[in-house]
Amino acid sequence: MKRPGSAIVMTLYLLFLMVPVYWLVNMSLKTNAEITRTFTLWPQDLTFQNYVTILTDPSWYMGYVNSLTYVAMNTVISITVALPAAYAFSRYRFLGDKHLFFWLLTNRMAPPAVFALPFFQLYSSVGLFDTHIAVALAHCLFNVPLAVWILEGFMRGVPREIDETAYIDGYSFPRFFVRIFMPLIASGVGVAAFFCFMFSWVELLLSRTLTSVNAKPIAATMTRTVSASGLDWGVLAAAGVLTLIPGGLVIWFVRNYIAKGFALGRV
Amino acid sequence: MDKSQNNRAWFLVLPVLVLVAFSAVIPLMTVVNYSVQDTFGNNAFFWAGLEWFEEIITSERIHAALGRQVLFTAIILAIQVPLGIFVALHMPKKGFWASLCLILMAMPLLIPFNVVGTIWQIFGRVDIGLLGRVLTALGFDYNYTSDWLDAWATVIVMDVWHWTSLVALLCYAGLQSIPEAYYQAAKIDQASRWAVFRHIELPKMRGVLLIAVLLRFMDSFMIYTEPFVVTGGGPGNATTFLSIDLVKMAIGQFDLGPAAAFSIIYFLVILLISWVFYTVMTNLDRETK
Amino acid sequence: MAEITLSKLAHSYFAKPRGEADFALKEMDHVWQDGGAYALLGASGCGKTTLLNIISGLVTPSQGRVLFGGRDVTRAPTAERNIAQVFQFPVVYDTMTVRENLAFPLKNRGRDAAYVARRVDQIAKMIGMESALDRRAQGLTADAKQKISLGRGMVREDVNAILFDEPLTVIDPHMKWELRTQLKQLHREFGHTMIYVTHDQTEALTFADKVVVMHEGRVVQTGTPEELFETPEHTFVGYFIGSPGMNLFDAEVQGETARVNGIDVPLGAAYPALRGRVQIGIRPEFVSLAAEGLPVTVTRVEDVGRHRILRAEAFGRPVNLLLPEGEAAATGQTRLRLAPEKINVYADDWRVKPLGQQRGA
Repeated sequence: MKRPGSAIVMTLYLLFLMVPVYWLVNMSLKTNAEITRTFTLWPQDLTFQNYVTILTDPSWYMGYVNSLTYVAMNTVISITVALPAAYAFSRYRFLGDKHLFFWLLTNRMAPPAVFALPFFQLYSSVGLFDTHIAVALAHCLFNVPLAVWILEGFMRGVPREIDETAYIDGYSFPRFFVRIFMPLIASGVGVAAFFCFMFSWVELLLSRTLTSVNAKPIAATMTRTVSASGLDWGVLAAAGVLTLIPGGLVIWFVRNYIAKGFALGRV
Repeated sequence: MDKSQNNRAWFLVLPVLVLVAFSAVIPLMTVVNYSVQDTFGNNAFFWAGLEWFEEIITSERIHAALGRQVLFTAIILAIQVPLGIFVALHMPKKGFWASLCLILMAMPLLIPFNVVGTIWQIFGRVDIGLLGRVLTALGFDYNYTSDWLDAWATVIVMDVWHWTSLVALLCYAGLQSIPEAYYQAAKIDQASRWAVFRHIELPKMRGVLLIAVLLRFMDSFMIYTEPFVVTGGGPGNATTFLSIDLVKMAIGQFDLGPAAAFSIIYFLVILLISWVFYTVMTNLDRETK
Repeated sequence: MAEITLSKLAHSYFAKPRGEADFALKEMDHVWQDGGAYALLGASGCGKTTLLNIISGLVTPSQGRVLFGGRDVTRAPTAERNIAQVFQFPVVYDTMTVRENLAFPLKNRGRDAAYVARRVDQIAKMIGMESALDRRAQGLTADAKQKISLGRGMVREDVNAILFDEPLTVIDPHMKWELRTQLKQLHREFGHTMIYVTHDQTEALTFADKVVVMHEGRVVQTGTPEELFETPEHTFVGYFIGSPGMNLFDAEVQGETARVNGIDVPLGAAYPALRGRVQIGIRPEFVSLAAEGLPVTVTRVEDVGRHRILRAEAFGRPVNLLLPEGEAAATGQTRLRLAPEKINVYADDWRVKPLGQQRGA
């Protein structure tokens, strides 16, 4: 029922988005010989060898485990500390609240490049270098402010009367918060978790700086392999394809909330 | 909403405060510390005053990087914001196609930055990349590793590919909140397509658009990984943006003092511009109440 | 201005409707006379808004035709139909001032500035917003915004019809009455065809010359307020209009007598033999306490100000009647008399005309 123009615009835009991804997938299913010697639009000599290489070599697949570990840790930490803070900002006025809120947001604006070296020194000096928790904490720098901001937006939408009624009914604060308030902002928590996952998963500069072996993220494993062998395009492409999967899964789970979620509860 | 005064709310904010202090304040103090000292190795530091700041502010290398950075961010915003709005206006409103568009559009946003770089590195190569091959076949002398214009074009197209969907999704969320009656009323009033956009759609998108511009400004101003993977800052210094330069200085050359001074100035510039955005945003918020 | 004819019109929101239940609007023929003040009355979800949107062209009907003065406009876009419509919730252009909002429909049609200014002033006066003309529409209250919406609906003088979709929902009661009076006055002055959708019978009966009652996607009756009151064509009309609604009893009808649970009730006229579910209906206004008639048990008496309502039960079903002033309320067991000439007879919910009578629709 809409104009055909819209369909054309969207088709072109989605093609623009998908063609480079297709090329990556295409390459991951080819042998290196086919990649470098011929130019083919789809694999002539279909192979899964590149994926086998990654999934059987711990130095490759542990990269995924490491990445997912610190991303999960970061998401849990960020949401846990952001919830009470967001509640405070959405419900109370207190000394310095506005300055504090803005100061929190400024951390989202800090270039990771600025923090790379000091983080390296800080975490080395407290013996956390090359651990998952180090990366998880470092990513809190930009994820906690974001989580506070998103959750505050959603909490502002819950009428105060709900809090007051619960207190009159004799709920204690922690019980009220967990039993009544949390379910009301469940979608907000989901959105905040989505963004924490997203920004922690895609970040490389800090996670690479803070790790060497034990907690090395997959993304960093990829860069090293490129510089070392330089030519193993098939494996590189396969590794790239595998990094798309966690993101794809997350999107699938939140597909119905994407539109609302991206507005950060502020529409 | 009327908030009540309660200073005990500080207790609720305390965990965030401790965490952010640990991961932001301590490192920042280290940076400040370095920025005013000089070292000849062996962990021996000397007071250097504002020498490094002076050096950075007058450095032509930094000026050039800043110039490239501002140009890059300006181009990015000039393309992504209108394009994002345009795409959002053409997205299906509901049903299967809407879900499909949302999922495919969100894809690039969840790809690790260096993989984004890798995708475009592969895609653009003249020997094995589709884009490189096609452009060469069409008679263009395209090579992003040797020609600065090609390098710029590649990095910009890559960023448009990577982030336009964020703007589009934000705008789409804004558009979704417009009740059908507004469009119906506009039809009754015989409003033109432009009037519908100007008086119904744009006002509803204003809030999310500001978030989009703010995020896109900050992130493009801090961009590091994607161009680094594709071009390594080259050819020459053509795509060496501020973050790339900073990392080169701090980790490549280990010039801690100048790098620290650079960091502080860099941070302050972002802070200043973001503060302007923030003020505009909260003022607009108040106006709509 | 033109007469609006709906011919074999029906609409379903499904692409491939299966059976009658999928139709939001069942097949209908209807003529809206030029210059009439109509109310479209019915419960929520009965298809009123769908019908309105088909007339204004916001919805294209699945089947049938819409004619404006003989011209087929079924597929014509809204702009060509020259219709004004006011929606349930306020629609104002936030970026514009009140004045610009009111002028918008005229400007879009390229009217000259002097005319626009004059017309906007008239409308502003009518909705009582002269002093707010240069304010931005954004910060105004909901009812001020709705007044602007109403104003935008009325600002064009040459429209074929003005459609109102429950326009006074968000307006406070005092203002409601005043605005409705003004709409009525406007109608008398300019003679536009007006269709006013509402689920509130008071609104419908005070605004309209003709009330169109809809029920489950069907027009069940069109008539003056008196007709709807005296001879409801469908049990829904009897139930929906009047407070309380019409009393209904299952009955067997033979000639001039109805038999309700073994008790004979005289009718005002003779009826043919009937099939299906047969009921007799009578308004509470025409029921009175009597020494003989239908035996009932009084459950309670309500004082609603102007009169009292006696609520009772007959054979397990509720019965209401209005007590005239001064009459003592009965308690316990009593009997009711139904005024014979005020009784209507229904077969499968539709009114049956008495033998030898041609009146009614």
